[in-house]
Amino acid sequence: MRLATTTGLAVSALLRSKLRSLLTTLGVVIGVAAVIIMQSMGAGATAMVTGELSGMGSNMLMLMPGATQGMGGASLGAPLFTRDDLAAIGRECPAVRAASVMNVRSVRVVTGDENRSTNLYGVSPSYLEIRQWLTVMGRGLTEEDERQGAKVCVIGETNRIELFGSVDPIGAEIRVHDLACTVVGVLEPKGASTFGQDQDDLVLMPSTTYGRRIMGDDRIGVMMLSAVAEDRIDEAKAQVQSLMRQRRRVLEGEDDDFTVRDMRELIAIMGTITGVLTSLLAGVAAISLVVGGIGIMNIMLVSVTERTREIGIRLAVGARARDILAQFLVEAVVLSLAGGMLGLLLGAVGSYAASRVLDLPFSLPPMAAALAVGVSVVVGVLFGVFPARKAAHLRPIVALRFE
Amino acid sequence: MQAPREPLLSLRRITKVFGEGDATVQALRGVDLDVYPGEFVAIMGASGSGKSTAMNILGCLDAPTEGQYLVEGIPVESLPGDVLAALRNDRLGFVFQGFNLLPRTSALDNVELPLVYADVSASERRVRARRALAEVGLAGRERAHPNQLSGGQQQRVAIARALVNAPEVLLADEPTGNLDTRTSAEIMALLVALNRDRGITIVMVTHDTDIAAYAGRLVTFRDGLIVSDQPRAAP
Repeated sequence: MRLATTTGLAVSALLRSKLRSLLTTLGVVIGVAAVIIMQSMGAGATAMVTGELSGMGSNMLMLMPGATQGMGGASLGAPLFTRDDLAAIGRECPAVRAASVMNVRSVRVVTGDENRSTNLYGVSPSYLEIRQWLTVMGRGLTEEDERQGAKVCVIGETNRIELFGSVDPIGAEIRVHDLACTVVGVLEPKGASTFGQDQDDLVLMPSTTYGRRIMGDDRIGVMMLSAVAEDRIDEAKAQVQSLMRQRRRVLEGEDDDFTVRDMRELIAIMGTITGVLTSLLAGVAAISLVVGGIGIMNIMLVSVTERTREIGIRLAVGARARDILAQFLVEAVVLSLAGGMLGLLLGAVGSYAASRVLDLPFSLPPMAAALAVGVSVVVGVLFGVFPARKAAHLRPIVALRFE
Repeated sequence: MQAPREPLLSLRRITKVFGEGDATVQALRGVDLDVYPGEFVAIMGASGSGKSTAMNILGCLDAPTEGQYLVEGIPVESLPGDVLAALRNDRLGFVFQGFNLLPRTSALDNVELPLVYADVSASERRVRARRALAEVGLAGRERAHPNQLSGGQQQRVAIARALVNAPEVLLADEPTGNLDTRTSAEIMALLVALNRDRGITIVMVTHDTDIAAYAGRLVTFRDGLIVSDQPRAAP
């Protein structure tokens, strides 16, 4: 029998019981839609992270102590940097425009009766320029502040709201880890990062104040650098690397005991992380596709039993075993393919809605769509074969006599 | 008697056992039967005499437990499944007591069914199925579904389906069993005409002597054996 005839037969058989066909394929519809939505949201999140990281300043570099380790940052245990290192970079690396300290710890901040935990950053005056971050009230940190170890700070939007509410914070005094500081500026709000971290929940103070008055240790954990231009990032990186090897006395042939990363690497790392998350979620969604397939198998088995007489009649008038096999197999495939198409549609609409609600960029990866529909065909074949074989191997007289 | 001919269908020492262990039933106990081309054979017998079982074996719907079934001298058990399917498709036509039409399927589509499996093109299927329906007196009812047709009309659709592939043998299992006397007579007249005018060999199972009287030869089964086999004068 020809495939076209078989397909026509399958479609008309399925249309004869529309509601049941729809319910049968619902599992596949949901499975495919779930896979599509997960993939689409994953792609959206990746695009967002990438955008966010590029927004941080695309010619930014990060210098961390410790050897480079896989995906994460750097290993612990290597010596921190010193102020001399910072000065040396400024002096000896022409491709580096600016270099800033970035020491971070968690502290309690107190004003009057408000009291909360936040992140305290000890940074150089150039930090905001490197991060391409502006103040919306007051001013940033100055060379003057840095030189004097001034008791001043710039606060993020979250701290402004939590500590001051509608009161003007400029000139007010807050206690940061028992150090009274004057608020001189408020940063432009950045909102939550892709991973849900509130980027505005921070207090910046001069790195000298941080080192001498908060930590009692003036060494530098992390440095943020910017290259003079985007196309000189590699040059800046090489200069910093060679300078640091020399200053930290790394022997010829030994690995660096520090790590320089640029944004492209960070973007790639973030891409890998969101990629893993996306695959994980899509994997969960794929399980529902398998469940959908089992649903099809279940109903196809019922259908074979119900239509035993029909099979008997077909065998009696000359259907071969493979004709019956093809009939039920094609029915299962048509069913799950229809489910795949419907799921694709639902998934596209769903991911568009999700991107709206979650404020993610919308994208529908064509690969995911093709895969979901392809997989739904495979599901149809895989779970259709068993019922179809059962139908094909009925003995004609047994099938005809079946009540 | 005409000159000796090769039998079209022959059963040789056929036995058929159903069930297992203590529950076994011996439906056929060694049956020999030759059907020659152009014959109209009626098989009679009480229920449980084995006549329907013999019919199913003749139609390649069931296999004997022991013995040989030959179609034109070829033993059927040696044939692969696809050849058996082809045999059912274009050499044998079936008419059942319960009509066995596909429900929710038009008369035309039902009649086309054997042609679908014979790989006949859609347009030719249509033409031949219409012709077959016209031959059994159902022109104009092509679109009707089985539940919109009377019993007699349904049996005519079934006969059209059996004939559409121009088979040599028509196997009818109680073709009038579900029909009233008048309709039965019409169906029988149709079968007799097919046998007489087109030379189609007919084997028919019935338990009704009036129906059996239409046939040219009467075979009687009892307890899984043939107890009489005699020619009849054509009516």
